[in-house]
Amino acid sequence: MSDIKVLKVRPEPEKVIRKHIITVKVQHNFGVLARITGLFAGRGYNIESLTVGRTHEPDIARITIVVEGDERVIEQIIKQLRRLIETLKVKDITDLPHIERELALIKIYTADDRTRDEIMRLVSIFRAKVVDVSTDSYTVEITGDNEKIEAFINLIKPFGVKEMARTGTLAMVRESANIKMEKGDKE
Amino acid sequence: MTKEKRGADIVVDVLIKEGVDTVFGLPGGAIMEVYDALFDAPFRNVLTRHEQAACHMADGYARATGKVGVVIATSGPGATNLVTGLATAYMDSIPLVAITGQVPRHYIGTDAFQEADVIGITRPITKHNFLVTDIKDLPLILRQAFYIARTGRPGPVLVDIPKDITQQKTTYKMPTDEEVRESLPGYNPHTEGNPVQIKKAAELIRKATRPVLYVGGGAILSDAAEEIYKLAHLAQIPVTTTNMGKGAFPETDPLSLHMLGMHGTYYANMAVYHSDLLIAVGARFDDRVTGKINEFAPEAKIIHIDIDPASISKTITVDVPIVGDVKNVLRKLIKELEEKPVEWIAAREQWLKQINEWKEKHPLNYRKSDKIIKPQAVIEEIYNITNGEAIISAGVGQHQMWAAMFYKYKYPRQFLNSGGLGTMGFGFPAAVGAKIGRPDKTVFAIEGDGSFIMNVQDLATAVQYRVPVKIAIINNGFLGMVRQWQQFFYDSRYASVCLSVQPDFVKLAESFGAVGLRATKPSEVREVLLKAMEINDRPVLMDFVVDREENVLPMVPAGKSYREMILTPKQKGEAETMYLVG
Repeated sequence: MSDIKVLKVRPEPEKVIRKHIITVKVQHNFGVLARITGLFAGRGYNIESLTVGRTHEPDIARITIVVEGDERVIEQIIKQLRRLIETLKVKDITDLPHIERELALIKIYTADDRTRDEIMRLVSIFRAKVVDVSTDSYTVEITGDNEKIEAFINLIKPFGVKEMARTGTLAMVRESANIKMEKGDKE
Repeated sequence: MTKEKRGADIVVDVLIKEGVDTVFGLPGGAIMEVYDALFDAPFRNVLTRHEQAACHMADGYARATGKVGVVIATSGPGATNLVTGLATAYMDSIPLVAITGQVPRHYIGTDAFQEADVIGITRPITKHNFLVTDIKDLPLILRQAFYIARTGRPGPVLVDIPKDITQQKTTYKMPTDEEVRESLPGYNPHTEGNPVQIKKAAELIRKATRPVLYVGGGAILSDAAEEIYKLAHLAQIPVTTTNMGKGAFPETDPLSLHMLGMHGTYYANMAVYHSDLLIAVGARFDDRVTGKINEFAPEAKIIHIDIDPASISKTITVDVPIVGDVKNVLRKLIKELEEKPVEWIAAREQWLKQINEWKEKHPLNYRKSDKIIKPQAVIEEIYNITNGEAIISAGVGQHQMWAAMFYKYKYPRQFLNSGGLGTMGFGFPAAVGAKIGRPDKTVFAIEGDGSFIMNVQDLATAVQYRVPVKIAIINNGFLGMVRQWQQFFYDSRYASVCLSVQPDFVKLAESFGAVGLRATKPSEVREVLLKAMEINDRPVLMDFVVDREENVLPMVPAGKSYREMILTPKQKGEAETMYLVG
């Protein structure tokens, strides 16, 4: 029976898993966010963070998605996002010069004066802001890229965090890089 | 501006504008206003007995005619009954528009009677869906639905209309084609194909010594059979089709390798395995086609022509992707090849000789019998009696694969089946839809006893509308494909597959007002079929009582390489499976 020679196997592409930032412009319609989150859930992609908001154009919303995956998974995510009828533009900006911002509100226990002083020092170093004060807590507002926020959180953790809320990453390509990219964003 | 009209009348107006000649469905509370408007509509309105069957009928109609199928259902259970049908159409890229009633706007979100979040439920199984929230959007949304359904990679689109909007009155202007296109700024399917990529593809075809065309359902959706034929004969390339691609290239042609994949022919699979160039046309490298992915055409360069960018390099990385409408791209590719031809016949001589050797060595066959009806023999007899001209609509299971293997398809839209989702119960209602759309053709539903019974209720519909479909039940009293897998991979432990209790199918047909016939011996098969061919005023059901434990072979077990194809039936004392290699 074995009259056929066994051929070599097709080489597997190398898998490099890393974090990607994808920005999506969509028509601001009823249910469009559910469409996007449903796509990620249904196809088994893991969202690290997702932010959504209106833009200067009244009918257009902008979504920033941070997601981890290898090249093929990311390529599929982008193609699947482009397939949605309400999607206007999808861009993987990971490797482009870009600005990245996240906002966090952190309520920190303030046990004594020494703690209060130390927190204020950190707030000043990180150019954060105290936005609410109570007898036993400070609420700090901080903005920056993901790394900066993580660093701040690590430093204030020992004082005791009572509550925390984060927006997830917002990102935008720097104008210098944007000019070259204008064409062909939805294939 | 026209005079004031109800939302329901606008629905009918748009259906007329879109050239709809038949709708399928079943009324209920939230869709009653639309049904009231349909009562005076100048097109056929087919009342089914179950919404799932209505959806499959609209699907079969669309597959057989190339037009958009339309299905209508009420809110809640009516709409949820469409789910399987929509998912079936979505997986096979069939253009459908589903119109569902929804509870009145002020009841939405209150868990009202017959309320379900139909938009949420159908979101992942439609190409797009809409909830109408304002009557002024209704005409545009309905027209967008048709436009989205039939363009690009086609698919089902659902429009959910609250009852109060169907009752509300308004004046309106029918949106023009241009307005429809412009209202969808994010939807611009690429149809032309990149000329640089097409040039690259032509160069690969010129250089190849062992090319194979691998043709899928996209070729049929794009109406590209003529171009496939031209390309294959021009450059002397053998053609294998997927289950969905059947009929895109005539299976009676010497260059045809028939189907590839899990139940593909030995010669198709061997050709693909040994090829140095694979030209994938409107196909998506489904796991049932590729088997073990890193041993699929391992030495081949791959050209992939598809209208959906997301299909490209999804499961396998391709060398020359071409995004575009298959028909357009093939025309340009053929032109490119004609401009700089090579000695095609000489170039392919060795390869075609090798393929013919494979064909001679392992043709598609089975062990014949004169004592017991072999299921394959029934299909062959249907082929003979219909001169290979019938439309065949199959359910899902062993009978589906036999219908794919032993009927030789010559035309696109001739073989209808649920290739992607694998929906049991699809074959019969789809056949009814196909026959309504193509009354000029003989339409056979080839069904299993397990598959048929899943939509048996709609025999009433076929009788009511005098749709003379021929239903051939390949009756083995088993969920046969599951039984086959249990035999091969679960040590013959036949868990929950025996359908020993079943209706008397002949009496069942008669009770519906259809004709029932039965064959239990090989000698009766032809006679039964000839009788069935004479009946043209109502459906006829043929119960073919066949060999219970016949297997579908060849078979590449799931996730295995083509090298590991099981070729011959199990014999007493033989090893469980017989592999080609290793």
